[in-house]
Amino acid sequence: MNIVVCVKQVPDTTEIKIDPVKNTLIRQGVPSIMNPFDKNALEEALQLKEEYGGTVTVISMGPQQAKATLRQALSMGADKAHLVTDRAFGGSDTYATSYILAKVIEKLGPFDVILGGKQAIDGDTGQTAPSIAEHLGIARLTHIRSIKIDGNKCIVEREIEEGIEIVEAKLPILCTATKETNKPRYATIKGKIDSLKAEIDDITLADLPNMDTTKIGLKGSPTRVKSTFTPKRQSCCEIFEIVDPRETAKVLFGKLAEAKLL
Amino acid sequence: MELKEYQDVWVFVQCFQGQPRDVGFELLGQGRLLADGLQQKLCAVVIGKDVDEGIKGATEYGADIIYVVQGAEYENYSSDAYGHAFLELCEKYHPNTILIGATANGRDLGSKLAICLHTGLTADCTALSVEADTGNVVWERPAFGGNLYARILCSETRPQMGTVRPGAFKKLEKCKNNQAVIIRENIRTAEADILTKVVGFIKAHDESGVKLEEAEYIVSGGRGMKGPENFEMLQELADLLGGTVGASRASVDAGWVPQTKQVGQTGKTVTPKVYIACGISGAVQHLAGMHEADTIIAINKDASAPIFEVADYGIVGDALEMIPAMIKEIRAVKNLD
Ligand SMILES: Cc1cc2nc3c(=O)[nH]c(=O)nc-3n(C[C@H](O)[C@H](O)[C@H](O)COP(=O)(O)OP(=O)(O)OC[C@H]3O[C@@H](n4cnc5c(N)ncnc54)[C@H](O)[C@@H]3O)c2cc1C
Ligand SMILES: Cc1cc2nc3c(=O)[nH]c(=O)nc-3n(C[C@H](O)[C@H](O)[C@H](O)COP(=O)(O)OP(=O)(O)OC[C@H]3O[C@@H](n4cnc5c(N)ncnc54)[C@H](O)[C@@H]3O)c2cc1C
Repeated sequence: MNIVVCVKQVPDTTEIKIDPVKNTLIRQGVPSIMNPFDKNALEEALQLKEEYGGTVTVISMGPQQAKATLRQALSMGADKAHLVTDRAFGGSDTYATSYILAKVIEKLGPFDVILGGKQAIDGDTGQTAPSIAEHLGIARLTHIRSIKIDGNKCIVEREIEEGIEIVEAKLPILCTATKETNKPRYATIKGKIDSLKAEIDDITLADLPNMDTTKIGLKGSPTRVKSTFTPKRQSCCEIFEIVDPRETAKVLFGKLAEAKLL
Repeated sequence: MELKEYQDVWVFVQCFQGQPRDVGFELLGQGRLLADGLQQKLCAVVIGKDVDEGIKGATEYGADIIYVVQGAEYENYSSDAYGHAFLELCEKYHPNTILIGATANGRDLGSKLAICLHTGLTADCTALSVEADTGNVVWERPAFGGNLYARILCSETRPQMGTVRPGAFKKLEKCKNNQAVIIRENIRTAEADILTKVVGFIKAHDESGVKLEEAEYIVSGGRGMKGPENFEMLQELADLLGGTVGASRASVDAGWVPQTKQVGQTGKTVTPKVYIACGISGAVQHLAGMHEADTIIAINKDASAPIFEVADYGIVGDALEMIPAMIKEIRAVKNLD
């Protein structure tokens, strides 16, 4: 079983603060972490490997510092890691990012199972993984609970709004993991030590000769971020201290009734 | 083809087991605004085995044209069959703009269409408008867990596409006498071309009463509620208001409430008339799912909790003390005691 996991390094968005004067994100000092759902994807890959044998390869597109995330994946038990990095890849939207990652997967493959996260917590689109499947022309099942392999087929439980679908598909398959898929393991001490010594090579544009360069980077991206802003939070909250709870409730419901909200 | 030759605003009216999901109707309301801004038609796309309810709803919610693709192979969603049908429609009619509900299937379909049509897809939009001079839709969306909002354009390619989370917009009033033109297209997808096959379905635990996304009143509890037993009082208050209970991720993670109740970035987006946040700190990921509620009431011990920054009415104090008092008061107002 050859498995590849796409992992993204993201800022820990729970630690992000807004600069109150400039109204911009303060990214300085915000720790970079492995995208939480990609941890679930990696855990699923490791469990598949334990059950069916094979290798787990992790890839990440990003700057050199994303190697820290790849090392973390190795320390959890991945076998190989590659960093996809080139100035020409900068500014890629999900169309371009998925195209580049698909080309990398073609180069490193073939793979039976491709795993990614449900969404990245920075860009938040959830589009990259299913788009990779489309570029590769393979089956995809997003938001999975579990995968079982049966010969050249797989049975997947997939979350939709109304419940859980049980879906059968031929391999190769691309799946995206959610928080409900599993509980990611911790790295072992030995894993951590080994990962420090592991080789992580760079895959650059030069390594991907059959890439259509009109489809990558800012130029190859059909969407453009025109502007960004931080949400304005109103601060006209009317505050009540509780002196007597019942009295406070009376005043509150009085206000709601006045506003025709009751 | 020139960009201006792409015409009309399309909304995917997605169905599950023949029943249209509300998000399609919510988007017809937004689609109408875009279509009027672009001076183009508003079209619905209904794909399925049973399409009657979808067609009926799309008519009532104001579509000018409804494109229908019907066949046994569309009984369940699959990227391959739905993607194929939708792409054939696009190749024949060249839509200008496509709106899709950001459900699991909607995100999947959107990605497929964007790649095959070589165009852009903006995710999880919370506000849409049209640039008058260019005809570009301005797609506004949160990123970084709701810490940042971006305005996104897809100016060089058509169709321009976006997904919108269920509950992000309200449905317009039904229009009983709308006459939609129904165009049925005979598009079939061969079984061999459908790579994934649904073989079973486990229904989620029946949510009793009002659905979260549709509730006008939501009483939501966070870690400050201390334990599952205290959600009973939230339920009682919600019932008295004719609403339902919601939760923060902390209370879902603690196992106090099922995940289907989670409000926020990785839960549901809600826009009730009144949202009562009890013992919820107001992390951006939570705010991302509820800050568009008409009126927000926050009950929190900590006067500096960020939830007060979005609240209209704030009660600084113990929710466990306050909620029973609110229940008593509302019972008194309703003459129930
Ligand atoms: C404010 C802002 C808004 C944006 N909005 C849009 C938009 O609406 N549409 C659009 O097309 N682009 C958008 N982008 C660009 C988008 O964030 C990037 O293309 C990004 O490379 C991938 O998208 P994502 O972060 O949403 O990842 P997602 O699609 O949410 O990620 C899903 C999964 O794909 C895999 N994956 C994603 N990126 C990588 C990577 N670099 N390396 C390895 N695996 C990866 C991971 O498994 C991940 O869990 C936006 C960017 C910003 C800064
Ligand atoms: C990728 C990602 C996605 C996420 N998605 C979501 C999401 O969709 N939805 C979501 O909610 N969160 C989400 N989170 C988690 C979010 O960051 C917060 O951790 C979470 O919302 C906190 O829940 P809480 O407010 O209940 O708990 P806490 O932050 O612990 O707050 C508890 C609050 O209760 C108050 N309190 C305590 N006792 C009382 C009392 N007796 N009476 C009144 N007040 C009291 C405290 O003052 C405090 O403000 C996400 C996080 C990540 C990283």
